Amino acid sequence: MIQLENIIFLIVAALGIGLFVWQIRKIRKNILIGRDVDRSDNPSERINKTLLVAFGQQKMFKRMLPAVLHLFVYVGFLVINIEVLEIMIDGIFGTHRVLGFLGPFYDGLMAVNEILAALVIVACVIFLWRRNVTKVPRLATGVEMRAWPKMDANVILITEIVLMFALFAFNIADLKLAALNNHTLPGTFPVSSSFVNIFGNDAGTLATIASVGWWIHIIGILAFMNYLPSSKHFHIIMAFPNVYFSKLWPKGKFTTNPAITHEIKAMLDPSYQPPAPEMDAEGNPIVQRFGAKDVEDLTWKQLMDSYTCTECGRCTSVCPANITGKLLSPRKIVMDTRDRMEEKGEHPAIFAPNHYKELGVERVKTTDEKTLLRGYITPEELWACTTCNACVESCPVNIDQLSTIMDLRRYLVLEESAAPASLNAMFTNIENNGAPWAFPSSDRFNWAEELYVPSKN
Amino acid sequence: MEENKRLVKVPTMAEMAANGEEPEVLFWVGCAGSFDDRYKRVTRAFVQILEHVGVKYAVLGTEESCTGEPAKRAGNEFLFQMQAITNIEVLNAYNIKKIVTACPHCFNTIKNEYPDLGGNYEVIHHSTFLQQLINEGKVKVQGGEAFKGKRITFHDSCYLGRANDIYEAPRDVLAALDADLVEMKRSRANGLCCGAGGAQMFKEPEPGNKDINIERTEEALATLGTGDGVIATACPFCMVMMSDGVKNKEQEESVKVFDIAELIAQAEGLSK
Repeated sequence: MIQLENIIFLIVAALGIGLFVWQIRKIRKNILIGRDVDRSDNPSERINKTLLVAFGQQKMFKRMLPAVLHLFVYVGFLVINIEVLEIMIDGIFGTHRVLGFLGPFYDGLMAVNEILAALVIVACVIFLWRRNVTKVPRLATGVEMRAWPKMDANVILITEIVLMFALFAFNIADLKLAALNNHTLPGTFPVSSSFVNIFGNDAGTLATIASVGWWIHIIGILAFMNYLPSSKHFHIIMAFPNVYFSKLWPKGKFTTNPAITHEIKAMLDPSYQPPAPEMDAEGNPIVQRFGAKDVEDLTWKQLMDSYTCTECGRCTSVCPANITGKLLSPRKIVMDTRDRMEEKGEHPAIFAPNHYKELGVERVKTTDEKTLLRGYITPEELWACTTCNACVESCPVNIDQLSTIMDLRRYLVLEESAAPASLNAMFTNIENNGAPWAFPSSDRFNWAEELYVPSKN
Repeated sequence: MEENKRLVKVPTMAEMAANGEEPEVLFWVGCAGSFDDRYKRVTRAFVQILEHVGVKYAVLGTEESCTGEPAKRAGNEFLFQMQAITNIEVLNAYNIKKIVTACPHCFNTIKNEYPDLGGNYEVIHHSTFLQQLINEGKVKVQGGEAFKGKRITFHDSCYLGRANDIYEAPRDVLAALDADLVEMKRSRANGLCCGAGGAQMFKEPEPGNKDINIERTEEALATLGTGDGVIATACPFCMVMMSDGVKNKEQEESVKVFDIAELIAQAEGLSK
C-alpha cells in the first residue's frame, strides 16, 4: 500500500539520483577539457582487460592482505546492491521484501549478503586500523596526503560500517517482528538470527528500529553516491572505463607527436607538404603546445586517470625516486592533475581543492602560476623520474602516471628550453656527434680493433 | 694459444652492400657499446659469440648514430625524431629487416617507437637472441669457465622487463650456466630501477637521501650473501650503475658485474 512514507522516499531518491547525475555531468565536462585521443581500437582485448583488471581485481593481488580485505568490500558492494534494489522497490511501492518470491535463491542471497556485510565490517575496521593506528607508510605519509585525503578515506570507511550496521538493524528487527507475529520472513539470516533478541520484544520499538535501519541504509546510500565524485572512492565507478581505455601497447612505447614529424620532414625535404592544420570553429588553425603545461594539454584519458585514482600509494611506494627520498611521488602527480582540473573547470558538490600552499609544505616549491606545471607540479619532481614504469605496473586501475610526467617534461624542454644543464649538454652531443657523450663519431667503430675468437679446427 | 685464434674483421653494412650481400641480422651496437670502455667489452663478447656460431651479421660502424632515446626520455621529442628519421633512412636504404642489440633502450626505441616514423623491423634484444642460440644448440655453454654453483643474481632492466615484458629470456640464458641463480626480492615486474633510465644517466640525481643505484646494489649484495658472486645485467646503463654501486660498497673484489653475453662468452671459452 502506498503511504506518505513512500512518497517521501520517492522524493528523496529522486533528489539523490538527480544530484548525482548533475555531478557526473560536471566530471564529464572536466574530463573533456583534455585533448582528444583515440582509444576505440581492439574492443575485445579491452573488454578482456576490464574483466581481468577491474572486475577480477588482478593487480590487487600483488599484495595479499589488502587484496583479500578489499575483495570482501568489493564483492559485498556488488551483492548487497541486489538487496538495495529490493529496498528501492519496497520503498516506492510500499511492498515488503518484494524479491521474497525467489524462494531458495532469496534464502541464499540473504545469507550471502549477511556474511558479506559482516566481512565488510571486519575489513573496514582493519582498514581503519592500518590507516590510523599502524599507519602503513604508503597510506599515511607523503606530501600529497594532506587533511582532505586522510579524512576522505576515514569518512568512507566509517560510512561503510554504519551502512552495514543499519542493514543488520533492519534485518534483526524485521526478523523479530515476524517471529512475534508468527509468520516466517522470506530469506535466511545467519548473522541477524544470532542477535535476534537484542532489541527486545516490543513490537512498536522493533517497527521503529526496522524503519530507522531501513531509512539510514537508503539515505546513507544516496548520500554516499553523492559523496563519490568528491572522493577517492569514485574509483568504484571510474575503475571500469579507465581500465577499458588503458594503453594496450608495450609500456616502453611513448607517444610520438606527429606535428613534430611533419616539421622535421619539411626541414629535411623542402618539397614535403605537411597536412593542413586542424581548424577551430572560427576557422583559425589550432596551435597546440608541445607537451603539457596545464590540464587542457593532457588527453582526456590522462584526466580520467586522475578521477580514477584511489590514492592507495602503491605507485609512490615502488617509485625508485621516492624510495630514495626524492620529491617525486607519482600519486601526487595524479592528484595534482585532478585538483588543478577542478580549480580550472567544474568541481563536484563537496570537494574544493586544497592546495599545498595552504598547508605550507616547504619542500614543494610551487609558484602562484595558475597552471598544473609549477602551480602544482614542480620541475624538481619531474626531473627525478627514471621512466622505469614501476608506478604504471603497480596501479590496480591502470593509471598511466608516466605519460603525464613525460608530457610535462616535454613542455619544459620543447617550449621553455628549461632542461637541466647536463641534459642540454647531452642534447648538444647527440646533435653534434650522434652520441650522448662527447666522443667523435669517427671513433664509433674503434671497439672492433684487435678482436680475436678461437679458431675452430 | 696464438695459433688457435683468429683476428675478427667485423663486417659493416657498407661493405656488404658493396658486395651485393645482405646480412641475416644487423647488430645495432648502440652508443654505450661503441664508446663506453666497460660496455665495449660486452660488444666484443657478443661479436665473439656471433662469429663463433657463424651467424651472418653486420654492423653499421661509423654510420650508426644515437637512436635518440635519451633525448626522447628527457622530453626532447624534436631531437629524438630528428635522430630517428635519419637512422630510419639509413636502415631502410640498406633494406634492413632484422636487428639485434645489446641495449634495452635502443631495443625499445627501435622496436616500439620507430614504426610510427616509418621504421619497421624485427627487433630482438641480445638476451632473446642468446636464448635462441642456446635452445638451438648452437651455443653449448661449455669449453670455458665453469660457473657451476656460482652465485649469480640477475638485475632486471626496466626497458627490457616492464617496458617490454621480457623477463625469462635473460634468466634462461643464465640458467644454461648451471650456476646458483638467486632472485632479489624486487625482481621481474617488481624489479627496482638502477636509477639511470629516463636520461638520468646523463645528469645528477635530484636532492634525496640516497642514490637509487646504492639502494639496488645493497639489495643485490644482500641477495648474493657473503663470498664471491656475480650481478648479471643486460643493459649498458644498469651495468654502469651496478658497477658503481659495488665500488661504492667496496665489494668489487668479491662481486663482479657482468653482462649476460660476457658470461656466455666466458663459459663458451671465447674470451681467453
